[in-house]
Amino acid sequence: MTVQIPEVKKAWTNPINAMTIGAAGEEGGTRTSTITIGGETTIPFYHFEGEMPNSPVVAMEVWDIVPTEWPDPVREPFADVMADPGAWAKRCVDEYGADLICLRLKGCDPNGENKSAEDATAATKRVLESVGVPLIIWGCGNTDKDNEIFPPVAEAASGENCLLGTITEDNYKTLTALGTAYNHKLIAESPVDINMAKQVNILALDVGFPAESILIYPSTGALGYGIEYVYSIMERLRIAGLKGDKVVAMPILCDIGIEVWGVKEAKAPQSEVPEWGDATLRGPLWEAATAYVYLLAGADVLIMRHPEAVRMTKETIGHLMGGGS
Amino acid sequence: MILIGERVNAGFKDIARAIQQKDSEPVKSWAKKQAEQGADYIDVNIGAASKKPEDMAWLVKTVQETVSTKISVDSTNVEIMAAGLEALDGRGALINSTTADPGKLETLVPLAVKHNASLLGVAMDERGSPPNADRRVENGAMIFAMATDGGLEPDRVILDPILMPVKFMQEQAPHVLEAIAQFTLLSDPPPHISVGLSNIASKVTERGLIIRTFLVMAMARGLDAAICNVMDDDMIAAIATAELILNKEIYSDSYVHAFQARRGL
Repeated sequence: MTVQIPEVKKAWTNPINAMTIGAAGEEGGTRTSTITIGGETTIPFYHFEGEMPNSPVVAMEVWDIVPTEWPDPVREPFADVMADPGAWAKRCVDEYGADLICLRLKGCDPNGENKSAEDATAATKRVLESVGVPLIIWGCGNTDKDNEIFPPVAEAASGENCLLGTITEDNYKTLTALGTAYNHKLIAESPVDINMAKQVNILALDVGFPAESILIYPSTGALGYGIEYVYSIMERLRIAGLKGDKVVAMPILCDIGIEVWGVKEAKAPQSEVPEWGDATLRGPLWEAATAYVYLLAGADVLIMRHPEAVRMTKETIGHLMGGGS
Repeated sequence: MILIGERVNAGFKDIARAIQQKDSEPVKSWAKKQAEQGADYIDVNIGAASKKPEDMAWLVKTVQETVSTKISVDSTNVEIMAAGLEALDGRGALINSTTADPGKLETLVPLAVKHNASLLGVAMDERGSPPNADRRVENGAMIFAMATDGGLEPDRVILDPILMPVKFMQEQAPHVLEAIAQFTLLSDPPPHISVGLSNIASKVTERGLIIRTFLVMAMARGLDAAICNVMDDDMIAAIATAELILNKEIYSDSYVHAFQARRGL
């Protein structure tokens, strides 16, 4: 008996915006490579149904201070370079194949080392001159301080077409102005809330920031920590975008490493929980598994930490894009 | 919601005069205003101002020069319709309209296929305006069957159940609502369903309120298009809200604004 397979292909009406990050010499920057993401005309990896012209990419995370709270398995590969964001970034690119570098200006946090805008600018310049890949520049998370450090940072990176983040519903005017003035793309953040994800985009569009330069960051949860909520929000955003809601038809970013390496399943040493097995293997696996879930939900950019998790994720992306078995 | 802007119609004196004097300014101005307000189609109709097919061609070309919006070529005369379609520059269009008349459908369906246009079918036959839901559905089904048999995808067929003035034919509105609900069952995916919205408010005092109230009731039954006054901001807000409540749009605090803004993107 022949089983009739029902036709499940759908024709979506609206492509997700494509976006290029980074600028080479002829475009006014100094990058040796640029990254283009987005442009999907179907849900993730439905190659039989539509186009997924650009592969999801992996950014590796670099801080402007030595991150003492990073668990050992994810500190060890970088321990000797963590004091120098340039050397750290170079290792991520040269040895671990990072597509982009995410410079997180954590050191500027007033509740931490409270580094100055000049320090942040110096760190940015240092990373820019050390690597040729495009840059994501992420603030310290303190709104007032970020509004203080981003003007000189954005100016220092002028022409490099970086991805700056984040804008939120309550704080978007400084970064949208800087993005416009210095030609950077922006990350629009919302707290696992689809309505606020849409709202922050509307606010940015209202002040004249182009939709094509916005990337959605709907917040990220580690595997086991609300991942299904984020998944369903990403899925719904993507489907709404493909159906024609241009306010949400944008690429999506997931901040994986910072979430995964904060949960006990990834960071607890084997001595504490013997039955969970080798922590040096468990942590990277937890990070990679989290990344896989978000790839399937529609992630275009993944920010990650552990070299082995990055390697596995990039290999999986290759398979999912049709480049292997 | 597919919004078809009604204003470039010789039923309005400024447009009638513009057609007769070949003065493109009022036509361009209304095309632009409606496009900016988010119309998906600009309806163009030479009405009683002219019987010349070339005047329809002029009207289509004038609108095309001004906006990139799709055009709804509005005429009951096949010759005038054909002239309007020939004047198109390849952009999306709507044939507005056919009735459940086999002769007319045999001409207009192939024209829709040829010009890559959608076809709006009014659920009326040679017996005139339908008195109840059943006649509307019978006529709508006949139009839908001939259109899809002729090569149009369901998505390119728009059915109009014919809206009557509530002031004079009050018993008809419930029949229209029932017909809308039944149109949605004709196929999966269903055809689009449109009404000439201003009809319901003919000669009433509470014009805006009646239009908005009917609109949201009809959207709840499956209406997803309307030939209407797109300049009516209260009506646009009601549509945005109805789409939200029907879970067709993602809620955001600025959803009304977003509904309009996305059309400019």
